[in-house]
Amino acid sequence: MKKTVLIILAVMLSCSLLFAQGAEEANTIKIGVAGAHSGDLASYGLPSVNAVELVVANINAAGGIDGKMVEVIVEDDQCKPEIATNTAAKLVGEEVVAVVGHICSGATKAALGIYNESKIVVISPSATSPPLTKSGDYPNFLRTIAPDDAQAVLQVDFALNVLGSKKIAVLHDKGDYGKGLAEFAQAAIEGSSAEVVLFEGVTPGAVDYSAVINKIAQVGADTVIYGGYHPEAAQIIGGMRAQGLDIAFIGGDGVMDATFIAVAGDDAEGVYATAPVDTTSNPIAIQAAAEHQAAYGEDYGAFFLNAYSAALAIVNAIDVANSTDYDAIMAALKSEYVQTAVGNISFDERGDAIGVGFSVYQVNNGTFAQLD
Amino acid sequence: MGFDYFFKLFIGGMTKGSIYALIAIGYTMVYGIIGLINFAHGEVYMIGAFTALIVAGILSALNLPMFAVLLIAVAVAMIFSAGYGFTLEKVAYKPLRNAPRLSALISAIGMSIFLQNYVLLAQTSNFLPFPDMIPDFAFLEPVKQTLRTTQFIILVVTAIVMILLTLLIKFTKIGKAMRATSQDKIMAMLTGVNVNRVISVTFVIGSSIAALGGVLICSHTGRVHFYIGFLVGIKAFVAAVLGGIGSIPGAVLGSFVLGFTESFGAGYISSDYEDVFAFVILILILTFRPDGILGKSTKQKV
Amino acid sequence: MIKDRLLKSLFVSLWLTVLTFPVMVIRVNTIEDTVTWRWGNLLLILIGSYILSLLWNYALERQERGKKVKTNKLSIKIKEIKATFSQSRPMKTSGIAAALLAIFLFPFLTSFYQMSIMNTALMYVMLGLGLNITIGLGGILNLGYIAFFMVGSYSYALLNQAIGLNFWIALPIGGLVALILGIIVAVPVLRLRGDYLAIVTLAFGEIMRIVVENWSSLTGGPSGIRSIPRPAIPGVDLNLIDTAKLVYFIMIVLAALTILITLRLKDSRIGRALIAMREDEIACQSMGINITRVKVIAFALGAVFAGVAGVVFAANTTFINPASFTLWESVLVLCIVVLGGMGSIPGVIFAALVLKLMPEYLRAFSEYRMLVFGAVLVIMMVFKPGGLIPEKRKHYNFTNKDTAEFEEEGV
Repeated sequence: MKKTVLIILAVMLSCSLLFAQGAEEANTIKIGVAGAHSGDLASYGLPSVNAVELVVANINAAGGIDGKMVEVIVEDDQCKPEIATNTAAKLVGEEVVAVVGHICSGATKAALGIYNESKIVVISPSATSPPLTKSGDYPNFLRTIAPDDAQAVLQVDFALNVLGSKKIAVLHDKGDYGKGLAEFAQAAIEGSSAEVVLFEGVTPGAVDYSAVINKIAQVGADTVIYGGYHPEAAQIIGGMRAQGLDIAFIGGDGVMDATFIAVAGDDAEGVYATAPVDTTSNPIAIQAAAEHQAAYGEDYGAFFLNAYSAALAIVNAIDVANSTDYDAIMAALKSEYVQTAVGNISFDERGDAIGVGFSVYQVNNGTFAQLD
Repeated sequence: MGFDYFFKLFIGGMTKGSIYALIAIGYTMVYGIIGLINFAHGEVYMIGAFTALIVAGILSALNLPMFAVLLIAVAVAMIFSAGYGFTLEKVAYKPLRNAPRLSALISAIGMSIFLQNYVLLAQTSNFLPFPDMIPDFAFLEPVKQTLRTTQFIILVVTAIVMILLTLLIKFTKIGKAMRATSQDKIMAMLTGVNVNRVISVTFVIGSSIAALGGVLICSHTGRVHFYIGFLVGIKAFVAAVLGGIGSIPGAVLGSFVLGFTESFGAGYISSDYEDVFAFVILILILTFRPDGILGKSTKQKV
Repeated sequence: MIKDRLLKSLFVSLWLTVLTFPVMVIRVNTIEDTVTWRWGNLLLILIGSYILSLLWNYALERQERGKKVKTNKLSIKIKEIKATFSQSRPMKTSGIAAALLAIFLFPFLTSFYQMSIMNTALMYVMLGLGLNITIGLGGILNLGYIAFFMVGSYSYALLNQAIGLNFWIALPIGGLVALILGIIVAVPVLRLRGDYLAIVTLAFGEIMRIVVENWSSLTGGPSGIRSIPRPAIPGVDLNLIDTAKLVYFIMIVLAALTILITLRLKDSRIGRALIAMREDEIACQSMGINITRVKVIAFALGAVFAGVAGVVFAANTTFINPASFTLWESVLVLCIVVLGGMGSIPGVIFAALVLKLMPEYLRAFSEYRMLVFGAVLVIMMVFKPGGLIPEKRKHYNFTNKDTAEFEEEGV
């Protein structure tokens, strides 16, 4: 048994060594897609793969960019920072020109260290952590989704001005995205006419949130702002309504998901959520949805349109710059506007997309509908 | 005001405690018999929930009364989970009965990972809404904001299970065989106890209870996911150890201690450190009672 | 005989088909309210489990037979080859020289990606070797081991942020901090035995992670600490690939150090005390060994190695957050130690490399990766409960000549 294992390992090792000195192909442009493609966050990462593959298929069918075919290289990082670095190393080794990814902010932060030095353009469809662009540490990073501080400000604005909230309970799921969003919301509320009556984290996966919900009732909150994902949000809203707490609930883009409505059922009615502006009526978005249906036989998932747009932006930039050189592509991305599924966008010097933003949605008759 | 809040937290603690108890019982029974932490027990719980979901999905076309759906789903889930538990033991644990304990532990961990991913691949990675299969009781209507029917049922079922199990272990032949096997396997074999059968029965009972728990708990939380077994499993196991592993009343007691600690800790101090409170209580209790609250202090013979 | 086997496997296969019927064949989607039936899976399970069951039983039987008699020609030949190898001086030296050459040349022959994953694997080698001291030598099941790794990582990250601590100085500091933590944790843990001890270590590991996760003002909370500087040689400008090579050599040196220390430990008084404690605590105590002291040493030593490895981890990944240090990671290191063979150094190294490199090489099958991982764990344990390369205890061979002398003297 041991011998067999050793032999297999030796064979694999030699195979990998062989592939390591792979043949150089100067006639293809390689674009990488990195994110969570397995594990429990796979549903956030897989739609991006589909998006990039569809865009590249269209481009190749039209003859490629300047006659060169485009190749998509898909790599999984399971949303883990330490695996993301290996993923980045792999993509760098494959000599990709640009990467659409990663999906999770934490994994992105780890991987950017490698992409930065290797001068590779990275556009994320979903990494919303503000320091990625605001800190200035990652000049090669762009994103087709607005950062979380903008989202939090919108949430608080909405609560104060539209709902007239005075006592807001801010909850989060102790995760990078959720707590970040909550902290920005808290900062936005402080100094305004409302007060933060509760700021606490809930444990994802717990069987019962009644303690926190009792607390919310106890402190007399009139609104709940939640930073986190839909599974916990569904639990919390279910518990709130079951205990007769009929106050407003505002979630972020992690909450805006069909599964939230399915799990929470009737309790989901009236729940607010902020999410990227609804661009599904955008002609490119409609086309993308149709392509997805035709190719994969089902509706697209999270961040699909953002990833589709990222891919379009990259392809457009390479075309306009007429080269795959890092500086040329970057310059093109930051100066050119390109029609995408999320609108007519460009990127500012820090990497945030110009022309994307968030808006507020509300569950109405079983679906999320954009307000105003 | 003060008492109202306290009472609500108390109910929440009871709910959590009974949820953990239904799963902790399975852990403690298996450990009592073969000294193994059955890491895959959480997955058996999860599979029970999924099976019930599938059964309910098929029956939904038939328009049966809710109570009937619940009974059928529970029965089917319990049968299938018992099957999984039985098979699990035969495949991953039986060959390792004479192996070092850590090897059996790793095998259990491997089985846990395998079952999680088996369900993930065969079903879906998404959270699926779980229908509330428990019909609402009319007499609970006035207090439904404090005590929902699902919470009530879980509490009642936990109590019934505990009583039934205690009766089983104390007064039946198989119960005696189980006690004998857990005390001294070899002696039990010598006195004619079919140890293999006893172990299988233990797994079957533990797994069925876990499946029952799965249906009830998922009706309460409203959702099911391939990972739920692992998360709850760790807590339930901690509860079992807290109460004295190997003892069924201990597992139930430990579960309630854990549930109350979490509920009151979150309610009066902070929900951020909910798990920390649970673990700190564990450490404190084990410091003063190294064998758990109701644990039999096993004197080591030289 | 064969017919029995075939029949038995048929029963098993039918049982499994029925058992897995709901999960494998029926898919209920309560979001879209659909029920899909996948009969193809039924056939798959039926046939697949039949074949697997045949293989499984065959392998089990072979294992049983193998235990009793080892007169098989092939195994004798292998023993002879092994013997000549380990006994002949020139063969041994050239073997070691070849291995050393391969290790030294590795970074220069492979790509950035290969080195990157090898570095990660080497960190786990070190973790495995560290935990090996606690579990393998001392018999203390530490389920919260990754907390020491986390503490090492965070001490470098935080001290670097606060006072610009240099990587090289951080290495021993990370080890020191982990050591102190190890001693602190060992104190309440001392009174407990077996599985209670294991649970308490799990509790400590989780407590530490949750505290780090919530104490945002100190540790950055779940958002972690980013832009941690990579290891650098002062004055030399290293690019990405060269830094990876540097990390590789650092890890090789650290791993070698760990191996050396473990080997010396095994042969020392403390090492023997550890092994004695692992085998039988009470006998050990009655021999006059201070169990308390020995337990603390086992714990703390294991912790030091994790702490140092943690510093390298932080520097290599440049971003750390508590999500990298969960119970799952502790379990992974535990698997490495047990799979490799408790107490056995080559076993632990081999297991670490396999468990960490396999998922990378199997990226193409990433969907099934964890499924295979779980199955591999079970299979490995069932067929090789002692581990891949079980520990070889020192034993003395008495030849007939020696015992003849004793017999003559009437003993």
